Amino acid sequence: MNAERPISKYWRTERLPHEFCPGCGIGQVYRYIIEAISELNLDPKKVVFISGIGCTSRGVGHVRFDSANTLHGRTLAFATGVKMANPSLTVIVATGDGDFAGIGGNHLLHAARRNIDLTVVVADNMVYGSTGGQFSPTTLFDDVTPTSPQGNIEHPLDLVKIVSAAGGTYVARWTTVHFRETINSIKKGIQKKGFAFIDVLSQCPVHFGKNSLGDDRPTAIIQWFRNNSVRKEIATKTNPENLKGKIIVGEFVDTESVEFSEQYDLLLRRIRP
Amino acid sequence: MTPEHQLMTGYESCVEGMLAAGCRFYAGYPITPAGEIIEMMSRRMPQVQGVFLQMEDEISSICAATGASWTGAKAATATSGPGFSLMQEGLGYAIATETPLVVVDVQRVGPSTGGIFNQQGDIMQAKWGTHGHYHEIIALSPSSVQETYEIVTCAFNLSEEYRTPVIVLLEEKMIHLSETVKIPEAVEIVKRTKPAVTPEEFVPYEAPPDGVPPMPNFGDGYAIHYTGLTKTIMGFPKLSVEDYTQVASTRERLVTKVTKNIDRIFIVEHGFLEDADIAVFAYGSESRAMIRAVSEARKSGLKVGYIRPTTIWPFYRDKIMNLCEGLRKVLVCEANAGQLVGEVERAVGQRGKVEFLGKFGDMHTPKEILSRINELAAS
Repeated sequence: MNAERPISKYWRTERLPHEFCPGCGIGQVYRYIIEAISELNLDPKKVVFISGIGCTSRGVGHVRFDSANTLHGRTLAFATGVKMANPSLTVIVATGDGDFAGIGGNHLLHAARRNIDLTVVVADNMVYGSTGGQFSPTTLFDDVTPTSPQGNIEHPLDLVKIVSAAGGTYVARWTTVHFRETINSIKKGIQKKGFAFIDVLSQCPVHFGKNSLGDDRPTAIIQWFRNNSVRKEIATKTNPENLKGKIIVGEFVDTESVEFSEQYDLLLRRIRP
Repeated sequence: MTPEHQLMTGYESCVEGMLAAGCRFYAGYPITPAGEIIEMMSRRMPQVQGVFLQMEDEISSICAATGASWTGAKAATATSGPGFSLMQEGLGYAIATETPLVVVDVQRVGPSTGGIFNQQGDIMQAKWGTHGHYHEIIALSPSSVQETYEIVTCAFNLSEEYRTPVIVLLEEKMIHLSETVKIPEAVEIVKRTKPAVTPEEFVPYEAPPDGVPPMPNFGDGYAIHYTGLTKTIMGFPKLSVEDYTQVASTRERLVTKVTKNIDRIFIVEHGFLEDADIAVFAYGSESRAMIRAVSEARKSGLKVGYIRPTTIWPFYRDKIMNLCEGLRKVLVCEANAGQLVGEVERAVGQRGKVEFLGKFGDMHTPKEILSRINELAAS
């Protein structure tokens, strides 16, 4: 089964086998990013993938672009440096919920606040997968994980609300089940000159499935995504009581605002003699 | 004062030296006493059409500078002790990814918030602050406002030549000192070597004899991958034990690419050692009090010399050992509780030969050093 497809050239097939668990959603998330790049016909030489540390972050080593697996949580800082030093590059950030919103929380706020032109795709599996499935800032209340064996007593961050409040100009949430919508959102994010954030709920059967859902089959989480996703347009007309435990998906923000590297360019022009 | 001579503060000298060396990306975070550097950079960098960023903290500052360097820019950041502590993980990452970068540390008193007093406090942190091992770092310590300009430009060249972050250890007192600086007409600029082969032929971490692999920019089409993990010569982490030898050698090269070029990297000045019985060893802000004390001692007939390294790391043990060969005593003066003195003791090897004079919160005066020289001469 080695059929050549248009996107095959974007994978570093010589690096197979990869390190991901069977059924992991990260492969799908990267596939959606690659499809978006392919459909937009971007020049691959000008695309840069920046990631941090974690399972999702390992994925950048499997796609054939300039890339960097950086430091835990500092992903957006590296991406900011790359983009500001060479604004002609298309900088795609691929990271996980822990890297992005836990240790990276501070940098998230300021990158969104600056509205710097990055397309950030977060594979949100609601655990720290790489280190064994401990709870993350997006883990649901009461979920059992190796560091919340009695059930999580913390409440999750709503990444969509955080990034929207901080100044992101394109904000969307989907799950790995919503493949067409995710690809479209990533395309929009890339084309948007500004901070674009796409939260993609992704299955981690080995940790989330086993500990939180009590079912380590990938299909169990997929079904859970499918059965519990509610479109934003419908959610706004629904009684909040009936939205408990639901995943609200859709496009939440799509606005225009001066992008940071453009703002800097204006500054340079202003001071030019 | 002639046109090419200017009265400059330490921070002006630092900033102008950076720009003269080709620095066109600066990311920093305000911290006293390095605040003047970032403020001056915010004015000067846009004037030379470079990128200035005030990031949200020191961690993101060194990370942004590293990312910028990957695109081909000469990038830098500046901070003080507490910020330097925050940058240690980023420093290790720049070392592991072999990213050219300049990090200025305007040292002040520690531990913790300490105070805005002069201290040569981060000498050891510069080398050992980042965790783990199998790395070598280049760290330079100028002793005047003039030398700050020269050392800063040298730092960029060394970072490009050896594909490594270079630390410039400044000090609180000197950053605020005003002295005459002769601006050189032209500054020699070293650029990192780019690959001479096509992307298909390129083996990213296969190094030529000098130990430094060529470095393509992001956007050049080489699909280069950076990681802090131990890696093979293709640049990717390998999980199997069969590749251990290759992985180990890419790490060992991080040490050898610096140590085998130590003759070109190590800058040291010495005087009056030919017939000396005692020598004083000092660097940075301590240097000039040392040289004054030594010249006073000579006037009074004592056979005293001095050794002044500008390169702190790598520490050239053999060279220092040779310089100290015929001496009876080596007096190490540091504005701290004893950091580089340990390296001198190792180099000298003889018990009781190395003496130490430390100081908290300020530099030594020539009188303090002379007084100790006299004691040692009489002993």
